[in-house]
Amino acid sequence: MKVWLVIVGVGAVSLLLRASSLVLLRGRTLPPGLLNSLGLVPAAVLSALVVPELLVHGGDFRPLGPRLVAGVAAALIAWKTRNVLWTLLGGLGLLFGFEALGWR
Amino acid sequence: MPLVPGVLPFSMVAGIAAVQVGFTPLESVMFSVIGYAGSAQLIAAQLYGAGSPLALIVLSSLVVNLRFAMYSASLLPLFGGVPNRVRWPLAYLMTDQAYALTMGRPDTETDPVPYYAGAAVPMWLTWQTGTAVGALLGARIPPEWPLDFAVPLSFIALLVPVLRTRPQLLAAAVSGAAAVAAHGLPFRLNLILGAACGVAAGLWAQQAERRRTGAQA
Repeated sequence: MKVWLVIVGVGAVSLLLRASSLVLLRGRTLPPGLLNSLGLVPAAVLSALVVPELLVHGGDFRPLGPRLVAGVAAALIAWKTRNVLWTLLGGLGLLFGFEALGWR
Repeated sequence: MPLVPGVLPFSMVAGIAAVQVGFTPLESVMFSVIGYAGSAQLIAAQLYGAGSPLALIVLSSLVVNLRFAMYSASLLPLFGGVPNRVRWPLAYLMTDQAYALTMGRPDTETDPVPYYAGAAVPMWLTWQTGTAVGALLGARIPPEWPLDFAVPLSFIALLVPVLRTRPQLLAAAVSGAAAVAAHGLPFRLNLILGAACGVAAGLWAQQAERRRTGAQA
């Protein structure tokens, strides 16, 4: 049941935001100051998602783990290639390698 | 079409992630069709897996999708004269890629609406195919593989290109630090807290920059 509430809730929010100016506000747009701050949201949200995944594992703060090394390497690949596939393969490959060597 | 190779692995990760937190393959596919929300789908799946309450999951998807309100506002002048019954599906098909392509279209393309649709429909098909394949594969992957790491890696691939200005860099740095410092909070509330701190820091940096350039002019 909760799964379907998540599906419908996320779907409704996504559609309403996409339709906000195009359909719902029809002819009016949001204030420029608000739109300006929206430009910062992706950087802030994505960083809040990524950084803890690299530094915290199993609930403990672990500054120098294999996930940090693999993640930083993946960020360099992303920066150089701008390619999602290479970023994924590089990061996952390194983490698999580290775990195979017993570093976890 | 050059964007398809980037979207396909990302959509497969979204499909796999949903199945790994307990969605059935059918639910994952429906989530992609109804939500069609890229990173919000991944975040919602992670929060669902962490047992977060429904309100927090929906709030997170709101925060992550806020940029669509910005796209919606800047596409508005291009869609003049398009009736509402067409605007709804065009809005539903909105993605970062379709938006970027439409705004950067060549001058020879005088009618932006077919151009937008031509970018948006293949994106939709690719995304739905990818999540469906991911959802079916996800059920067969051995749980001891560290495949959960594909989710933060996907976010890294999205994060790097949006770090262009100094306020954006500061927003990311503050947000990441706050999210780590608050990692003990339940339901991954550190995500919302970190993002709020990051946006606040970025806005402060924008204002400081404006004051500086204003003083020079």
